[in-house]
Amino acid sequence: MILTENLTKYFKDLRAVDGVDLHVRAGEVLALLGPNGAGKTTTVRMLTTVLRPSDGTARVAGCDVLENPGKVRSSVGVLTEDHGLYDRMHIEEYLDFFGQIYDMPAIERQQRIQYLLSRFGLLDARNRRIGKFSKGMRQKLSLARSLLHSPPVLLLDEPTSAMDPASARLVRNAIKTLRSEDRAIIVCTHNLAEAEELADKIAIIRNGKIIANGSAAELKEQLLGPGEYKVQLVEPLDSKELPLPDGLVVTQKGLDWFSYRAPDARKTNPQILHKLITAGYQVVKMEEVQRSLESVYLQAVNHVPVKEDPDVE
Amino acid sequence: MWSDIRKALVVTRREVKDQFRDWRIIAPIIILTVFFPGLMNFTAQQAVGFVAKYGAPIIADRLIPFLLMVVGFFPISVSLVIALESFVGEKERRSIEPLLSSPLTDVQLYLGKLMAVIFPPLLASFLGISVYLVGVFRQVGWVPDATLLFQVVALAAVQSLVMVSGAVVISSQTTSVRAANLLASFIIIPMALLLVGESMIMFWARYQVLWWAIIGQVIIAWLLIRTGIAHFNREELLGRELDTLNLRWAWSVFKEAFLGESGSALHWWRLNVWSVVRDLKWSILLVLIISIGAVLVGSTQAEIFTLPTEVLDWDNLDEGLVTGVENIGPIHFFSVGGMGMILFHNLRAVLIDSLLGIFSFGVLGIIALILPFGIIGYFIAITGQIGLSPWSFLLGFILPHGIVEIPAIIIAGALIVRMGLTLVTPQENHTIGEAWIRTLADWARLICFLVLPLLVVAAFLEVFITPRAALAMFGG
Repeated sequence: MILTENLTKYFKDLRAVDGVDLHVRAGEVLALLGPNGAGKTTTVRMLTTVLRPSDGTARVAGCDVLENPGKVRSSVGVLTEDHGLYDRMHIEEYLDFFGQIYDMPAIERQQRIQYLLSRFGLLDARNRRIGKFSKGMRQKLSLARSLLHSPPVLLLDEPTSAMDPASARLVRNAIKTLRSEDRAIIVCTHNLAEAEELADKIAIIRNGKIIANGSAAELKEQLLGPGEYKVQLVEPLDSKELPLPDGLVVTQKGLDWFSYRAPDARKTNPQILHKLITAGYQVVKMEEVQRSLESVYLQAVNHVPVKEDPDVE
Repeated sequence: MWSDIRKALVVTRREVKDQFRDWRIIAPIIILTVFFPGLMNFTAQQAVGFVAKYGAPIIADRLIPFLLMVVGFFPISVSLVIALESFVGEKERRSIEPLLSSPLTDVQLYLGKLMAVIFPPLLASFLGISVYLVGVFRQVGWVPDATLLFQVVALAAVQSLVMVSGAVVISSQTTSVRAANLLASFIIIPMALLLVGESMIMFWARYQVLWWAIIGQVIIAWLLIRTGIAHFNREELLGRELDTLNLRWAWSVFKEAFLGESGSALHWWRLNVWSVVRDLKWSILLVLIISIGAVLVGSTQAEIFTLPTEVLDWDNLDEGLVTGVENIGPIHFFSVGGMGMILFHNLRAVLIDSLLGIFSFGVLGIIALILPFGIIGYFIAITGQIGLSPWSFLLGFILPHGIVEIPAIIIAGALIVRMGLTLVTPQENHTIGEAWIRTLADWARLICFLVLPLLVVAAFLEVFITPRAALAMFGG
């Protein structure tokens, strides 16, 4: 659904996006993470054909962004960083305007508008001018606009940034439903918990380059090293040496627990458990130490070297 | 085409609705539609009464149609303000990106915005004209001639179109409403001059001249719309945040384009001068056709504007020619100084014509450049009228240097056409500024390395050879 190869964008001598490769299939959500000015919005704008790539290729819903920009724009629903609303309009009027632009028949437009207003809890506000809306309502309306023509591809820039927790939950559930409807979705966000909850894949972009790309688990493995496990015992650890496999490094020790890193947990953990039990230790629990996406992100943006360090937007 | 207009009208409807919800737009339109024609009615009534007392009814006869034009113009002045913020205003309000990301094509979006800023003020203009006509009929019983009424209505429409199309070009190429307002002077000043001209025509009651004003403005509006669509660029509109004057960048683009590809001198000339001339073939053909047309038009004028016999002393042509050739005004024939003078004159003409062309899509530049061809045509016809051979005139006075000078002028004309075309032609991968700098570099390269050398040769021939040829043909 979305495929980019070596996607690059220069603004004069400024390299805003540098050789980005992305692949999002139907029914997948990709979270694009990165600091402000990393190139997320520029990447999305190239995928919506508003910006022309300086190099590389991008195909959206099977169409090349340079060769068939009209078709690409028809296939994409975009939630832009700025919501792009007209303050003097009413919401139905606003959505109807975009429905006409997307060539939707009048009856279908009306049905779809009613459905989206109901889904995002905006039905009660239908007689108010958009200028009177709160930030969260504006964002929901903007999201409704991007979904109006049921596009197979969605590019959502900060979809929940201005929302209260209940509205944000509503939108996240909507995104999950959209994924289940086989749409390809890119979500640009700074909300890492949201990214972890929604995304099948996460790409971290810095200085225009993708510095990490994969599932949350893969990124944790890749950037934070092997998983860390904690073993809780019934008795306190005595001075005896723990019966652990050769080469296994204990990272921390407490009164009745210890933790270690296991490069290959499927193989190492049963061995450890077996050795402990054989040696007479009573194991209360063995669990993986939770590692947040935030630490992955910080590790990536602060420590992963970039081959070249170009100027970015 | 219909699909484009249908989609454009979706944008238009939304924008017009939006305008009618903004009291800052509605209030002036209503005032200019209702109050202002009333004031003009009062003025017309008072003027008619006043001039009637002193036996000068002609002033009132002229004043009433003039005021008709004025009441038609005032409401459309609002369209300039709306048009100036059509694109850049949306950009400032940050509502443009969803539109740019929508399936609307550039033409649909541009036409939609253009129509939206024309319709309401034009409607107000027609309403104002109606109010004024009803008032003036009730007060003094004046009814306009149908042709005049049509002309005034058409003038209001084309003036609105010119102002709006110019303003939308500005709006789509600037980064802030403030910058657009500052650039509006380039519309307001020419329009003010035009209005003064039209007012003079109205007071002189040379109403048939208004047709030319209408046709001229239709052409300008068409060129402006083409320019706007050709250079409409989503990326520039969304991406450019600051209007900065980057002279270093402009100079580097110019230098790169001017120097072109390197190689030996001959290779460079072929690649960067001669190949451009080849690219100019259609422009050259166009200028050539226009020049021949100018010669023909000039020759027809000889029938209308004959020279009095005392001006041309045909009986003593040989004597006059000899003294004339020796010293015509500041041009000294048979001298290097004279050659310099002619070269300076020709080069100045090319530069001024190019400058005129820059501000008028090439039109004024070409008109100025072909004037001498009209004069040549005129003198060819005059020569025929007095019984001499026009061919002798051509061979004696024109061709010895014209054989070099005319191609130089035609090429210069083609370059002016190209500068105009650059503005109205889409430029792939280049901004309007960059495209224009590159065209300017082509112009400078051809002027320096082709037109100037040809003009030097032509000046030499004109000073040293043409007088001899003229003397040989006519000096006896």
